Amino acid sequence: MSAIAHYIKTFTLWEFVKAHWLTLKYFFKPKATINYPYERNPLSPRFRGEHALRRYPNGEERCIACKLCEAVCPALAITIEAEPRDDGSRRTTRYDIDMTKCIYCGFCQEACPVDAIVEGPNLEFSTETREELLYDKAKLLANGDRWERAIAANIAADAPYR
Amino acid sequence: MTFTQWFQSWGGEAFGWFLATTVLILMIALPLMLAVAMIIYADRKIWAAMALRRGPNVVGPLGLLQSFADGLKVMLQETIIPSAANRGLFLLAPIITFTVALIVWAVIPFGPGMVLADINVGLLYLLAASSLGVYGVIISGWSSNSKYPFYSALRAAAQMVSYEVSIGFVLISVVLWADSFNLSKIVLAQQGHIFGFLNGFGFNPLLFPMAVVFLISALAETARAPFDLTEAESELVAGYQTEYSSMSFALFWLGEYANVILMCGLNAILFWGGWLPPVDWAPLYAVPGIIWFFSKILIFFFIFSWIKATVPRFRYDQLMRLGWKVFLPLSLVWVFLVSGYLMLTRYGA
Repeated sequence: MSAIAHYIKTFTLWEFVKAHWLTLKYFFKPKATINYPYERNPLSPRFRGEHALRRYPNGEERCIACKLCEAVCPALAITIEAEPRDDGSRRTTRYDIDMTKCIYCGFCQEACPVDAIVEGPNLEFSTETREELLYDKAKLLANGDRWERAIAANIAADAPYR
Repeated sequence: MTFTQWFQSWGGEAFGWFLATTVLILMIALPLMLAVAMIIYADRKIWAAMALRRGPNVVGPLGLLQSFADGLKVMLQETIIPSAANRGLFLLAPIITFTVALIVWAVIPFGPGMVLADINVGLLYLLAASSLGVYGVIISGWSSNSKYPFYSALRAAAQMVSYEVSIGFVLISVVLWADSFNLSKIVLAQQGHIFGFLNGFGFNPLLFPMAVVFLISALAETARAPFDLTEAESELVAGYQTEYSSMSFALFWLGEYANVILMCGLNAILFWGGWLPPVDWAPLYAVPGIIWFFSKILIFFFIFSWIKATVPRFRYDQLMRLGWKVFLPLSLVWVFLVSGYLMLTRYGA
């Protein structure tokens, strides 16, 4: 009996009819995807995107060259060289992040005692050459200047949970 | 005065005919290319919608110009010929595929009397010409001198040969009923086929199973999903097109989709009344036949895309089993049934 039922199902293409009914229902459903460059998903304040070096409001850079980020970096993406400046404060002379090595774990941000190195909300920093992804201190500071408002807002939003 | 006679009135007997035919060919081929571009877009959109995606929607309003942007991109690319390939055959193969996909359209009736070559064995011509299409695939696979295209060519050859057999038997049952090989006469034979009211052999319970077999065989014949083993990307990279680039690739693409539209048109002509409205009711004849025909093509194309979005790819042995052990005996039995029924009813035992 079940064999007959099987043959009837096979020759009436019953499973195919059911499958096509299912896909037809999906055809009229709202889309699951968004219109990416024009629409965006919301980002968490904790989102770990492109790196930035921040400054104090008076324009002084925050980084004190403690090299904790360099030490904690699991991908060995950060390279720091430091010297005392003319006024005696300790500052970096070189702060490089190899963005091709970085795994965006956020440990540098966690390790930083002065909130200098942070991962901002920017996720669209693809380049046409590999060299452009080897960030130096000037590039990171420029990022910090450009994204400061968003970064400060994100840090403030996340502060109650830290 | 017909179109051809007008040309002959000032161009002379032979030259006028030549000119008129050339214009008519262009009147079929150029809109066909446009239709292919739009149908590729439609294919992507339908497929995307069933996967809850958006599909192309950036180039032009609603992404309508996507295919033209793709075409432009392909045209600006470099034609790369692999150093180990057989140059002449390598370049000939896409031309064969494309040409064959176009010449078949000569016998397709778009409306009453709207056919380029109204030959009395139109269906045989169609079968013969579309069988030539497999040469393009085999030659491209062989001349690429690369293993994946070669495997793909072998698969394509076996697949197309297998399903042409059952297609042949399906066509025989249609021809028996219509009593003609001429496509226009086949369409006209369907007028008022059921109760003098419904236009189309597909409404006939004896022929409906053959309509389904033909639809599935058409999918296999054009190597559409779920029978797209010739370009199974998970196994064969891109199949026989793997080594192709630029315009030679585009010709394959155009030819493939022209064939798909042709098969949709054949489904409409053979089983669903071609240019006739679905119901034999006078006011419906006010709509030009070509519009009925095109809307039937579009419905079938939607079904093709629908199937593509629904059914996963068959395994090769399943494909062969379906072709040789299901469709061949089934269509053979059906030819017997149909001819027996006709002997009893039409020719009086």
